[in-house]
Amino acid sequence: MNDTRKCECGHTNPVGTRLCEACGKPTEAYIQTQDPQAPEFPSMRYEGMARRSKINTRSPIDKVWNFFSSVKIAIILIVITLIASGVGTIFPQQRYIPVPVPTEESVAQFYSTTYGTLGDLYYLLGFHNLYSSWWFVTLLVMIGMSLVICSLDRIIPLYKALKKPRLNQHLSFYLGQKMHGVTDEGVSFNTSETLEKAAEGLKKKGYRVFQNGDSLMGEKARFSRWGPYINHVGLILFLLGVLLRSVPGFYMDDFVWVREGQTISVPNTPYYVKNVEYKTEYYSEDEFAQDLPIKEGEVIPKNFESKLIIYLNENEGVAGAPPKLTQVTEGSVRVNHPLTHESISYYQSGKREMELGALNFDLVNRTNNQRVGQIKVDLYEPAAEQKVGEGITVRVLDYYPDFFMDKNGMPSTKSSAPNNPMVALEVSDGKVKEKLVYVSGSLISNETNPVYELAIRKPDLLDVTGLMVRKDTMIPLIYFGCFISMVGLVMGFYWQHRRIWFHREGDRLYLAGHTNKNWFGLRQEVNQIIEPLQLPIPITVAPDVDKKKSKKEKEVRPT
Amino acid sequence: MNKENRTPIRVAILGVLVAALVFAIYSSLSQDDVVGKGDTAPNFYSTEVGGKSVQLTDLRGKGVVVNFWGSWCEPCKEEMPALEKMWHTYKDQGVVFIGLNIGESEITATQFAKQMGVTFPIWMDPKREVTKVYKVSSIPATYFIDKDGEIQDVFVGPMSEEIIKEKVEKIKP
Repeated sequence: MNDTRKCECGHTNPVGTRLCEACGKPTEAYIQTQDPQAPEFPSMRYEGMARRSKINTRSPIDKVWNFFSSVKIAIILIVITLIASGVGTIFPQQRYIPVPVPTEESVAQFYSTTYGTLGDLYYLLGFHNLYSSWWFVTLLVMIGMSLVICSLDRIIPLYKALKKPRLNQHLSFYLGQKMHGVTDEGVSFNTSETLEKAAEGLKKKGYRVFQNGDSLMGEKARFSRWGPYINHVGLILFLLGVLLRSVPGFYMDDFVWVREGQTISVPNTPYYVKNVEYKTEYYSEDEFAQDLPIKEGEVIPKNFESKLIIYLNENEGVAGAPPKLTQVTEGSVRVNHPLTHESISYYQSGKREMELGALNFDLVNRTNNQRVGQIKVDLYEPAAEQKVGEGITVRVLDYYPDFFMDKNGMPSTKSSAPNNPMVALEVSDGKVKEKLVYVSGSLISNETNPVYELAIRKPDLLDVTGLMVRKDTMIPLIYFGCFISMVGLVMGFYWQHRRIWFHREGDRLYLAGHTNKNWFGLRQEVNQIIEPLQLPIPITVAPDVDKKKSKKEKEVRPT
Repeated sequence: MNKENRTPIRVAILGVLVAALVFAIYSSLSQDDVVGKGDTAPNFYSTEVGGKSVQLTDLRGKGVVVNFWGSWCEPCKEEMPALEKMWHTYKDQGVVFIGLNIGESEITATQFAKQMGVTFPIWMDPKREVTKVYKVSSIPATYFIDKDGEIQDVFVGPMSEEIIKEKVEKIKP
């Protein structure tokens, strides 16, 4: 059993090791997997250390571990998530539907009428709430698991290997490096002087120098090897922030329509919002920097703005309880300039203009053709009764906001929105009682020769503002995660972990170099360092050994 | 590290990750919880047609049928005669029927009741707050609440006399 684990230097390596942890010689177990005619040096990517996922493969726990430690699986998960995220943008998500959809049926209908059969399918498959669906969340968590396990599986052996500088290695370690050289036989040199000069050159180039006897190693920017793992920590924080959004109270994203003058409850909060006024501003022609090819009457909007008041309902908690509102803040919202109170932000993000708010009439006495007074019928909260002039009462008898005749020939309403209001009024002055009906822009009286008649005045038109209400307490964590992730990327990309070895054995001087990227840069540096040595060391840099190897190399498994 | 130590640590790491997974799935699924069978009916305040302030808990001790409706809703019209008839059958047996109007004016609600011949109490929800609390997504929706305030059944869609009868029997005090 221990015949392949014990190296000839006396060190016992863990199962799965490829390069002896002590002397750097390829292990017996590894050599057995190689073609004896052309054995290849193990990949230096993880310093020839044993990786857990490669050793234990039998128990179910190992199987799960190995599944998630695979980079291939990670890539597949990421690709699936990317595709799914893309699918979620084909049609708008439910919360971004640009019209009010109070019920589940109207949501289904929106997708159906707007996008046809594809919309039906989209709704049916639940893609209208894709990002909060259980399977999408599962994908995110699986990516998280993969990040954690991939990192642990690699960083632990790598950290152990790099913690101790490799000095006094087996010759095969030096000669196995992608960049290596050795002085020709018979070339004489003064060992201590040469190594001293080499150390000096290394230090000048910013290397940390380790020496033990006639073995020397210069190393720099080891931290760049941790870059990818720090990047992963950042990504995990990011994911954590995204996932914690589903915890109630941490995150909220809602949409409300508010009519001018209306005060409504903000979903899932104790707040109420009032739309004091909405306005769209347009560019006037003299504000155009150049002649724009716009047609007569065409306008270009400049600003969408709502004046809001936010109230706190002190009676929150009981539905329908008369709200006791206290104003907490007020202000204007423009596109991208929200109003924020207690970490809840109100964004201007929709509008419907010129909607019917109230009908206005003049009441005229036909006997003397005198205007008696004005009547207003609020289409959202019609007053049952109003007094006009001297002793005249006008009552609203019937009101159908969206009038039509139903299949039984009865007056009825299609919806609760005042799209086609029908109002039945009764005018009484103590002597006469007359009924009048307003429908589709005309007035009908029940009398053939009435005393009173109504003249239609300009109705009250009002604007409805669409507000996005958001709360996201996870933003700092998400940004922090992004920052850490960026730090990791910069560490990994802009620095390279370089090591240069000088080692005397017998009467020859061995040189080897390793970097995790930019071999050209390392080659240049080596040239500059060995120049003052005045010693010919023919150096070879093998073409892309690592790439070829990682494919060819067979796994080292316990027997 | 010894080989023997590895498995427990691995199990621990996987355990934490699996817990995270379960939590994430659970919380993404639990967003759609509804007010349903077995829950205590959330209390709400309302105004009865005519202006009287009322609240659901006033009716503790009686069986309560809360029917959400709107005058624009065709199936709501269909079931009104059946509801009215059952109201007459059960009103002397300790069961109250309430028609909860969604988002309309009192004038519209009153005239609808008159047109349909409805005589059971009509409560108003002008700002759709009750509708929101009960997460009513399509109407007609009817909640059958027993004398202890517990929801015994929920029915979405128009009901026949038989359906109403069967459910009211369960909440009769």
